[in-house]
Amino acid sequence: MTRYHVETFARYAELLGSPSLAIELPNPTSASAVIAALRQLPGGDALPDRPLLAVNHTLPRADVSIGPSDILALLPPLAGG
Amino acid sequence: MAFLSTAPIDPAAVLADVRSPSHGGTALFVGTVRDSHRGRVVRRLEYSAYPAMAEGEARAIVAEASARWPVAVAARHRTGSLAPGEVAIVVAVASAHRESAFLACRWVVDELKRRVPIWKREWYADGSADWIDPAADALGSS
Repeated sequence: MTRYHVETFARYAELLGSPSLAIELPNPTSASAVIAALRQLPGGDALPDRPLLAVNHTLPRADVSIGPSDILALLPPLAGG
Repeated sequence: MAFLSTAPIDPAAVLADVRSPSHGGTALFVGTVRDSHRGRVVRRLEYSAYPAMAEGEARAIVAEASARWPVAVAARHRTGSLAPGEVAIVVAVASAHRESAFLACRWVVDELKRRVPIWKREWYADGSADWIDPAADALGSS
């Protein structure tokens, strides 16, 4: 198993108790597996069905493959402006 | 110039970034903090962001607008704690003619709101606070 770090923000940082999360998954893994693992963390059951997971500062259109060097961020609904 | 700003934004400074004698029209959008939301009195609004992604996404939107229309674009978004009336977002779009300036300005504002990772939390007169989700609040966006 490999350790993956995931940043999160705003309401999700409150839900999950921290802006910096760590999960253990195989290498490589997938965006959907990362989200499933985040859902297992304390408070993670309150996440919506399909939260936004940014990979290397972009939102992938499909369920991409992920390795430990990828930059992961779990984003609440965007609300700028 | 960075897109995110912790300091107050001067719309005139954003306008100056697109000023050129070749432009005949400039559209300026200034988004400010409202003092009410869904019947509640808003005392302040707190913007936070994911800067590493927000800066790149804002640059991409400006580049896409410049590819779609013959325009010059400048945009800034404030972060931190803002009082009602303070400037939250400024978009200036200049072009040879007004049509593309109006079209591109609206498009850039909409894309910034849709794609840039920024979040806002409203604090109300009764001491309570809410994170804002525009999708759950389609009638409440600025």
